[in-house]
Parts: sequence; C-alpha cells; structure tokens
Amino acid sequence: MLQEYLPILIFLAIAAGIGMLLLALGFLIGRGQKDAEKLSPYECGFEAFDDSRMKFDVRYYLVAILFIIFDLEIAFLFPWAVSLDTVGKFGLISMGLFLAILVVGFIYEWKKGALEWD
Amino acid sequence: MLFHSILFYVFAAIMFGAALGVVFSRNPVHSVMLLVLTFFNAAVLWLMAEAEFLAIVLVLVYVGAVMVLFLFVVMMLDVNVEAAKRGLTRYAPFGIAIALLMVVELMQLIWLRSQVGDTVGGFVPNPEGYSNTKALGSVLYTEHVYAFEIAAVILLLAIIAAITLTMRKRPGLKVQNIAKQVGVRAKDRIRVVKMDAEKKS
Repeated sequence: MLQEYLPILIFLAIAAGIGMLLLALGFLIGRGQKDAEKLSPYECGFEAFDDSRMKFDVRYYLVAILFIIFDLEIAFLFPWAVSLDTVGKFGLISMGLFLAILVVGFIYEWKKGALEWD
Repeated sequence: MLFHSILFYVFAAIMFGAALGVVFSRNPVHSVMLLVLTFFNAAVLWLMAEAEFLAIVLVLVYVGAVMVLFLFVVMMLDVNVEAAKRGLTRYAPFGIAIALLMVVELMQLIWLRSQVGDTVGGFVPNPEGYSNTKALGSVLYTEHVYAFEIAAVILLLAIIAAITLTMRKRPGLKVQNIAKQVGVRAKDRIRVVKMDAEKKS
C-alpha cells in the first residue's frame, strides 16, 4: 500500500533537489559584491522605514478562526461519508446532531454580523 | 523493509531538527515556519504508519489553518526578539521538566507493551483493501459518539468565544449598502412635476 506513495516521494526528492540546486548555484556562481545600499530592503515608492511585524486588524484573526472551525467540521465529515454503510442509522443521527449544534453557531455568527467585513 | 526504515529515519531526523529549530530560533516567525516543517514530517510518519486520514488532516488542519493562526498571533503580539530570548532561560526548567515527564510516559508505554506482547515483530502491515478512514469512521460515530458530540460543543464554544472577543461595533462608520444602491429606481431620485406655464405679467 505504501508503494502507491512512491511517486509523491520522488516528487518531494526532485523538488527539494531543484530548490537546493538553485540556491547553491546562486551562492557559488553569484559574484556577491555587496554594499549597504544593495542589502537594504527595497520597496517601490517609499523608504522601508518600519519593522515588518506591525499590528493589524483583529478581524483577520476572526476570519481565520471561523475558517478553522468549519474546516474541522469538514474533516469530521470525510470518514463519516466513507463509512456511512457501516455506521447505519445511528451514525446518521449522531452526525445530524453534530451538524445541528454547529448550525447554531453558524446562525449566531451570521446574525451577529461576524461574516460582514465592515 | 530496509528502504522503509531509512525513510523513517530520514523524516524523523528532519522532524527532530525542525523541532529543535522551533525552540532555538531567535525569530518567532522562523519558529512558526519550522513548526510547519515539523508538522509535515509528522504527517509523513503517520502516512508511513498507514494512518492516511490522520496524515491528511494534520496537513489540512494544522499546516493549513492552525499555523495561520499562530502566525497571526506572533504578528499581533508584536514579539520583541530580545524579550523572547530572555524567556528561554527563564522557562527552561519548566520545559525540561515537561520533556522529562513525556519521556517517562513514553518509556512506561513501551515497557507496558513489552509486557503484553512482542514488540520485536514490529509493525504488522494491514491487509489488502484496508482503509484507515473507514476504520476510523466505523467507530467514531457509534462507539465514541459522546466524544464526537462534545467536539461539536467545543467548536460551538470556539465560535461564540471568538466572536465575543473580537467583534466590536464601530460607531460612525460610513459604509455602502450595495443592495440598496442597485435597487434604487429613477422615480426615487427625481420627481417630474407637471405644472402650468407661468404667465408673464
């Protein structure tokens, strides 16, 4: 069964190989005449004046966490879909309850306006 | 089988190195990136143990989503590199204690297993046509239904907690109501008034 993943392994090896080869070539062949101006961060139009770690709106975080919750819900759905013929009616009902609980949360976030950007 | 072991040790070594990098990296963002690498290698190890569903979920949920959150937190906290460095020595005893505890637990588990049956035989490959996803699904929704429903409640809790913590009304915000803009008719905007011409006197 693991043999089926051999192409992925080969793909990984080739990808890592090409990545390292390109970096190594740049390192070896590049002439590397560095000066302060060349090494300074460049951004078109204005001086790079600040730390890259700036504070940003917490709403991005909200979107990400709401995504994760429903991502997990989907992850629970996959084995259920595969094994539906063995878990039977009980499995159907337990998944129904699971989805119902999360729909409560979905309605809450919709009504609360968490899905709106402004 | 030798190839299998070599692969295991290669991925385990990368994982180990990446995990060390997470702890020792000065830059918190680099730590998060190395944690992504650690998770990827853990997924490969799970795949090699034929736990395919768990491996894919690890990549989907942890690498795809949880790591984004980690990055957000690292960015949002505005972590000072110097302050992070000071914390390393301060929390080191605590971390070492937890690591030792985990080693003891692992040893105990291995010891218990060695009492019960053979560990020398190693990993028994699953029969042909075995599906990890199906095996998981056949017990998760029936035998472990309470844990499953508790997971739903915890997710619901997470939704409500995230919304109450981060949602805030911003008064005085000027926004467009696009539906209203599109739905407007000419007669709402201008009114044509019929009236008699004014006489010049």
